[in-house]
Amino acid sequence: MRNFFALILCLLPVLSAAQDWEDRQVFKGTAPTQTLRILSSTDTVFFAPIISGFLAENPTWSVEYFVTGTAEITGRFQAAPDTFDIVISSAMDLQLKLVNDGFALEVGGVDLPDWAQWRQRLFAFTSEPATIVVNRNAFADKPIPRTRQELIQVLRAAPETFRGKLGTYDIRQSGLGYLFATQDARASETFWRLMEVMGSLDAKLYCCSGDMIDHVASGDLLVAYNVLGSYAVSRQKSDNRFEIIRPSDFPTTMMRTGFVSRHAPHPGAASDFLRYMIKVQTAAPSGGNFPLPPLELNPAGANPSVISLEPALMTYLDRLKRSVFIKEWTNAVVQ
Amino acid sequence: MSDTVNVSGSLRTRLTLTLIGGAAVLTVLVFVVIRGYVAQIAQQGQDSILAASVSSILDAAILREGAVEVDFPYASLSMLSTDADDRVFYAIYQDDGLLSGYDILPEPTAVSGAATVHRTVDLDGTAIRMATAARTLIGADTRTIVSVSIAQTQEALAVTLNRISRNVVIFGAGFFLLTVVLSFWATSTTIRPLRRLANSITRRGPDDLSPVAGPVPNEMAPLVASLNRLMGRLDTSLKQSEDFIAEAAHRVRTPLATVRSHAEATLQRVDRDENRMALRAMIRAIDESSRAAGQLLDHAMITFRADHLEREQVDLLEMVRELVIRMTPVAQMKDINLHVTGVDSVVATGDAILLQNALRNLIDNALKYSPPESEIAIQVMAHPKPRIEIRDQGPGFPPDEIDDLTTRFSRGDNARGIIGSGLGLTIAQDVAEAHGGTLTLSNLPGGGACATFSL
Repeated sequence: MRNFFALILCLLPVLSAAQDWEDRQVFKGTAPTQTLRILSSTDTVFFAPIISGFLAENPTWSVEYFVTGTAEITGRFQAAPDTFDIVISSAMDLQLKLVNDGFALEVGGVDLPDWAQWRQRLFAFTSEPATIVVNRNAFADKPIPRTRQELIQVLRAAPETFRGKLGTYDIRQSGLGYLFATQDARASETFWRLMEVMGSLDAKLYCCSGDMIDHVASGDLLVAYNVLGSYAVSRQKSDNRFEIIRPSDFPTTMMRTGFVSRHAPHPGAASDFLRYMIKVQTAAPSGGNFPLPPLELNPAGANPSVISLEPALMTYLDRLKRSVFIKEWTNAVVQ
Repeated sequence: MSDTVNVSGSLRTRLTLTLIGGAAVLTVLVFVVIRGYVAQIAQQGQDSILAASVSSILDAAILREGAVEVDFPYASLSMLSTDADDRVFYAIYQDDGLLSGYDILPEPTAVSGAATVHRTVDLDGTAIRMATAARTLIGADTRTIVSVSIAQTQEALAVTLNRISRNVVIFGAGFFLLTVVLSFWATSTTIRPLRRLANSITRRGPDDLSPVAGPVPNEMAPLVASLNRLMGRLDTSLKQSEDFIAEAAHRVRTPLATVRSHAEATLQRVDRDENRMALRAMIRAIDESSRAAGQLLDHAMITFRADHLEREQVDLLEMVRELVIRMTPVAQMKDINLHVTGVDSVVATGDAILLQNALRNLIDNALKYSPPESEIAIQVMAHPKPRIEIRDQGPGFPPDEIDDLTTRFSRGDNARGIIGSGLGLTIAQDVAEAHGGTLTLSNLPGGGACATFSL
């Protein structure tokens, strides 16, 4: 067994090199003897403080952090569930399906409300709203829209200004984009009208929030829809060329989730890491030290805008539902 | 008395154990039945939700341009959320091919248009409950059957069942304890008349052989009737014994007295020495027989009367004086002086006939063993307890036999040549004990015996 793991460890760099990661970094404790492997969709810069904090408490560990898109996580993890200890993703539906399919290990000692955990295996650790990011200059002479309806009106009022300068997730590529889109569609018909308007104005499609924010800031885009608020807020600290809008008609709030693989090579340490991560993300004065937004544990219960962790999340993952939804969306946006 | 009764088991214990055992069996039975019933209801609850979910998906199935589309609502799976976050699996089939969903579920068995089929299947060692239904879609020139299976793990169901089981156990234990308490109460209520009867009989006086008159429960009537009959027979037989003793005493003593007076008269008339000696021996033998018969009858009477003491106020001093007067002629024959001392009167409660008998035997004994021309001192005292001390100047009791002298027919080594049956001290001792008193024998320091009869 030991030899087997040694072989894997030797081959890992070779295997990993063969794969195409968005980012891949190794964080070393002060006296590392073993390595936790985390598969994640969260950009390294946002997650690094949590890893560093964990390593400060557990100096005998190293953490190897792999970043890839939400849609790829499922495939990569299912192909080799015993090579990763922890899976972190913002695509709640895909995460929930992995747990429902029996890929997750039960982790004890985590006390989260029902809507923020599922089966004591899948745990939420952030609350992140979907936002609309607009270029400040473009709206210098117009009122900034506060709802989707107002955005539609703004776009219709000046179609030529916004043609080719709108961006949103390509829900065919991005798991998070698909989650936001389906939840929006579930909430209101306004979503479809907005998509039709954006499609008619040649909206550009993106894989990731970071690129959309970049392009809005630079002025390549004037409006980006369903951008991750946490990334935008973080970027805004150094860049004030854009405005972040949380739509007041029906906000959609996503929670980043994580679970320990049932086939994890280091289940004990992986569980410790998960507990540590949830502890720092739910501690009262969070956010100061960690760039990821904390999990807002409202004592009154779940905020209705929060997508809660329940089996219904699998609805839009259904092949038939997905093909119908994507067909409708493509008809509206790509045209 | 209880150590002579052949006791086997206890009615109270048997009744209590039967009631408690019955309650225990009932409690377990009720637990099993309720748990089974609740499990069935809980299963029906899960089944109906699964069926609703299946039908909501089936309802969403449509044929569009020959292809099946199933745009099922969010609620189809949302309604399957449980407190225990049960895993959910679903599969949508067209004819026999999997259209969408999990391919790990067993083949659907539902028939189009028929009722939803429920079954429990095993998935990786976990029991899951599955509901399946089918529906026929009819297009322009096609006809296809869509079936839907929804399956769910049963963790929430298990949690519910465990909670209910725990509650049922708590209630069951409570009812059981209550039943135990009630069993004890019922038992003691049932046993009470029996104990009351036993008490009433124990508390009776020695002469009370009257039938039990108090009301008794139906079940005890035969026992009480038998008891009453037994006591009736006992009463009759006791009366007969008493009569027999009186009769026997009369019949034996009177002829002996007649024979003795004839012998005395004959003695006066014969002159030859050998005849006189023979007659004296005869009189001696008659005396001995008469005395033995009297004492035997006395003893029999005492044995009988001791169980039925007729207590009355008796002046012991008065009684002793009467006895002494009656025995003075015998004493004078041996020149023995009977000397009585005592205060004016010593009143005690007792059976006068028995006391008189006992004292007569003691004085008689003293007379027999006293040498001629001696004195017998009889002292009657009231304190601390009424007692009578009889001291003589005879040889005293043999020291090594002093403890055995009161046993029946036992006579001291120094009794040879003295008339006696060996019953005198036994009679005195029996009478003392019947009155709750004692007979103490001792030897005086200067010689002579001392018998202390105390009540």
